[in-house]
Amino acid sequence: MMQENMRVLAHEEIADSVYELKLEGELVQAITEPGQFVHIRVAGRTQTIAPLLRRPISISSADSSTNTITLIYRSGGLGTGLLSETKIGEKVDVLGPLGHGFPVDATPSGGKALMIGGGVGVPPLYGLSQALIARGVQVTHVLGFRSAKDVFYQTEFNKMGQTIVMTEDGTSGKQGRVTDVLDSVDFDVAYACGPIPMLRALEQAITEKPLFVSLEQRMGCGIGACMACVTHTTDPNDAKGYRRVCCDGPVFKAREVELC
Amino acid sequence: MLEVQLPGLDLKNPVMPASGCFAFGAEYSNLYDLEVLGAVTIKAATLVPRFGNPTPRVAETPGGMLNAIGLQNPGVNEIIRKELPRFEDIKVPVIANIAGSEMDDYVLTAEKMSKQSVVNALELNISCPNVKHGGIAFGTVPEVAAELTAKVKAVSEKPVYVKLSPNVTDIVAMAKAVEEAGADGLSMINTLLGMRIDLRTQKPVLSNLTGGLSGPAIKPVAIRMIYEVSKKVSIPIIGMGGIQNADDVIEFFLAGASAVAVGTANFVDPFVCPKIIKELPEKLNAMGVSDINELVGRSWKK
Repeated sequence: MMQENMRVLAHEEIADSVYELKLEGELVQAITEPGQFVHIRVAGRTQTIAPLLRRPISISSADSSTNTITLIYRSGGLGTGLLSETKIGEKVDVLGPLGHGFPVDATPSGGKALMIGGGVGVPPLYGLSQALIARGVQVTHVLGFRSAKDVFYQTEFNKMGQTIVMTEDGTSGKQGRVTDVLDSVDFDVAYACGPIPMLRALEQAITEKPLFVSLEQRMGCGIGACMACVTHTTDPNDAKGYRRVCCDGPVFKAREVELC
Repeated sequence: MLEVQLPGLDLKNPVMPASGCFAFGAEYSNLYDLEVLGAVTIKAATLVPRFGNPTPRVAETPGGMLNAIGLQNPGVNEIIRKELPRFEDIKVPVIANIAGSEMDDYVLTAEKMSKQSVVNALELNISCPNVKHGGIAFGTVPEVAAELTAKVKAVSEKPVYVKLSPNVTDIVAMAKAVEEAGADGLSMINTLLGMRIDLRTQKPVLSNLTGGLSGPAIKPVAIRMIYEVSKKVSIPIIGMGGIQNADDVIEFFLAGASAVAVGTANFVDPFVCPKIIKELPEKLNAMGVSDINELVGRSWKK
């Protein structure tokens, strides 16, 4: 883990208020698995103290040969709003890589993996799918969005394997929720990232096969010291009784922690 | 130039991370050598383990943040067994923060903690705003604070610093009460009680409803209180509240602090403490100051 002012190589809006940001820097070499995240300080050009805290953003994909990472985030609040104004060539203060990502080796070579994403939970699944394909895994993606204007990376995921897009209003792909199509997919291991209600539904739907879920939580330090992002374990006899989303996660085995 | 002597604390420099912002040092020891620090103040210990409050536990505010962690910690016995051994091989003074919900909890916890060889001093947390019982209750009534201080002093084998709450009308009365009860020093200030409401849900953001405000937004409050208190007490003050850089450290010394703790800034920049320690000598040289102790209370000393 390191702190680095990474250079912006590309930055564009790829869906409604959703931005793709490509950064270059040495910390890419420290990334060990898909699903890790970075903690970004967005102080704007004036180095103001608002926003004060860093913003955790998942790494969508990484390329160690070119020292680049791609982040995809939704611009909404103060921090991500300022981040969206960052121009090519400017530097961004990045702390990372942080957290434990998706266990790629949970799916055996030659096996079948299912990736389920919802909204801005979709991005880390892209790097995960790349890593799974690299070890000879057959991949299927089920991506849920609210509406057609929110859909991104459909073509990119399509190139890697079967991709089913679901929208709540049916304006793109199939109408419905990601859980509606699970029965039609054959898989050995499932990986998911998205809103808590979606993860809850998946934990109830996928009980016979391994499922890994990536959580989102408000964070302070991002490195495990401040205890802002903790969640209870579901096992009351667990020695610690809690996990820190930032450093014990953000990826957990299904039903390992309470989803809240 | 940076060396500071305080009761129980022989500091090579006056900068330490604040309690609750540094856990028990493990995470930051992966980032830099903790021996560069003046001291380490470890997270509050209570007699029994505490999970703390439900999430959300933090909310950002302009120039600051609210937190309502709720003193999550594995309990004093587990801290002694699992966390303190780390400091046997690290040459840095350790200040152990003690919290409780009853007078007896504090006393038992303080007694156990003060017997540990790696602990150089105790910091009595009478000012946590995020627990239902204890904490801040002990920090708002001078007589209660004094009684607690005296009881802890009676059992502690190490000097006791009392961490004061800013959520009082007369901070000087609180400071004088604990000084008279035997406190060896003061830590000030803890967080200010605050709240944020989400416009979408129209409910408070924090699950605990209220939280403690920290960060640069509270620095002027800390400076004012340290200025007022340092004029009236003769025990040293470890100053804290929104420190982000070496200039801030100097401002706290001018107000009357004899050492400083850095809290929220560790979350913004995990390397902030070593950076400040490196910056300080240049700043002092530029001021023509050869010993940082010369600055203590200079804003009010005649």
